[in-house]
Amino acid sequence: MTGVRRALPWLALTLLVALPGFAGKFYIDLFAKIMIMAVFAMSLDLLVGFTGLVSLGHAAFFGLAGYTLVLSAPDKYTAASLWTSLPLAVAASTLLALAIGALALRTRGVYFIMVTLAFSQLVYFVFHDTKLGGGSDGAYIYARPKAQLGPWTPIDLGDGTQFYYVVLAILVVAFAFLRVLLASRFGHALSGIRSNEQRMRALGFDTYAYKLAAFAIAGALAGVAGYFAAIQFGFVNPEMLSWHESANVLLMVILGGSGTAFGAIVGAFAFILLEDAFSLATRHWLLLMGGFVIAAVMLLPGGLASAGERWRHRATASSDG
Amino acid sequence: MAETALLARGLTRRFGGLAAVRDVSLALKRGSIHALIGPNGAGKSTLVNLLSGELAPSEGTILLEGRAIAGMPPYRIARLGVGRTFQRSNVFRDMTALENCRLAAQARHPRSWALHERAQACGPSIEAASRALAAVELGPRASVIAAALSHGERRALEIAMCLATEPAVLLLDEPLAGMGPEESQRVLALLRRLRTGRAMLLVEHDMDAVFALADVITVMADGVVLASGTPEAVRNDAAVREAYLGEALTA
Repeated sequence: MTGVRRALPWLALTLLVALPGFAGKFYIDLFAKIMIMAVFAMSLDLLVGFTGLVSLGHAAFFGLAGYTLVLSAPDKYTAASLWTSLPLAVAASTLLALAIGALALRTRGVYFIMVTLAFSQLVYFVFHDTKLGGGSDGAYIYARPKAQLGPWTPIDLGDGTQFYYVVLAILVVAFAFLRVLLASRFGHALSGIRSNEQRMRALGFDTYAYKLAAFAIAGALAGVAGYFAAIQFGFVNPEMLSWHESANVLLMVILGGSGTAFGAIVGAFAFILLEDAFSLATRHWLLLMGGFVIAAVMLLPGGLASAGERWRHRATASSDG
Repeated sequence: MAETALLARGLTRRFGGLAAVRDVSLALKRGSIHALIGPNGAGKSTLVNLLSGELAPSEGTILLEGRAIAGMPPYRIARLGVGRTFQRSNVFRDMTALENCRLAAQARHPRSWALHERAQACGPSIEAASRALAAVELGPRASVIAAALSHGERRALEIAMCLATEPAVLLLDEPLAGMGPEESQRVLALLRRLRTGRAMLLVEHDMDAVFALADVITVMADGVVLASGTPEAVRNDAAVREAYLGEALTA
């Protein structure tokens, strides 16, 4: 059984690599979108699952990166350079995360949730109510960023399949990065903070600095996701930074199971595929979606990714007695 | 006379109009156990929280080896060498005993930030953790999850976590609370061994243990120091007998 469990992520990865070979453009685009959201969900899992910080303002970093891409292009018909616009977008998200984190992390628990929500709404209204980035209408991205090395263009982000593989590579790297981080001393310190912050302080850990670092890394990773989401959608608008977006990504983390990074990926896939299936079936799909989330949380409190494990426990329990 | 590791002078802490600790002075000496006793609400835990930085004093100074530490955040005071345990067991329940101590030891490690190295491959902090576990005789239980340890073992683990940070001063808040006689005896023997080279403040309700173990006893009541001195002097202090010890020691 553990063999199957070990093999599962590899099987999923193989399927994702092979997908463009047998699936049509619709599914290539859909799965690219899901993988982008999976990176976004993993970045939030670093806060929610690893560090025990529930943020309801994570879309601010996601959306700001998208807007940075738009604002860094010379004009809307000229493509930005991937090499400059991506670092710029990630830097903007990281700086915003540092600023919001520095203030929000002075609070705890439900106050932290409210303060992150308030700050992200602040950013939302900056883009909604000013002319910056096209106001409430947002702005289109007519030309996808160019990845040029001198005369050579190694990647064409305008090509659906190439874009898909770029996003897949980012998903794999982000997952590996978070797993390494989780196993590092820094990661262990974060889980110590999650389970008992007072004890960590008494042992000599500057817990505020650790939390701020986690918040900034999560913001940077959300920025990577937001940058590629903007490219794929072909436009940005204030909804990208709204609290709806923050709540959706939090749902993905909870649905999939927090604290493992893998659960966040499962959550993103389940959330978006169900959203698609339900919205095809009925106009009242939000009702179905809500019901599903409630059922999943009640039946599988550890998230969908823990389903196999629970099933195995039940199997061993019944075979024992 | 042994050297003073931690010196508190004129410590006062007010909560609104109430002074939980009022003008308390205390000297913890290296190699000696200093017991702090007093009825509930006497201000003992507040005093420990002042010394460890959980609370900032309203007035007064605290010198750790001559350096003023009053008002510093707890993590800085901990790094300067003050380790503490809490009244209620306070370990990381989902980690193993060794991992609890390894994480504690990591606090003193110069590169506790390193992202790329696996925590479990960090030699120095594992060594410090194993030493600390051995010191409290938990070596054979190293790989047991903390939640599965007995109450007594968890209290010992808390002390081991403190030891793993190599503190010069140990503040122990009721380490014997909730223990059976056999477990208590084991922890008492442990505290006696730990006295060497460290200054120790012991808040404890078990009077037999306190009088058997302590080199100096300070008695608090209503936030002030009632008496301070050797166990013999405290035992014979009229004010203490009246306020606190009462019948317990006349036998």
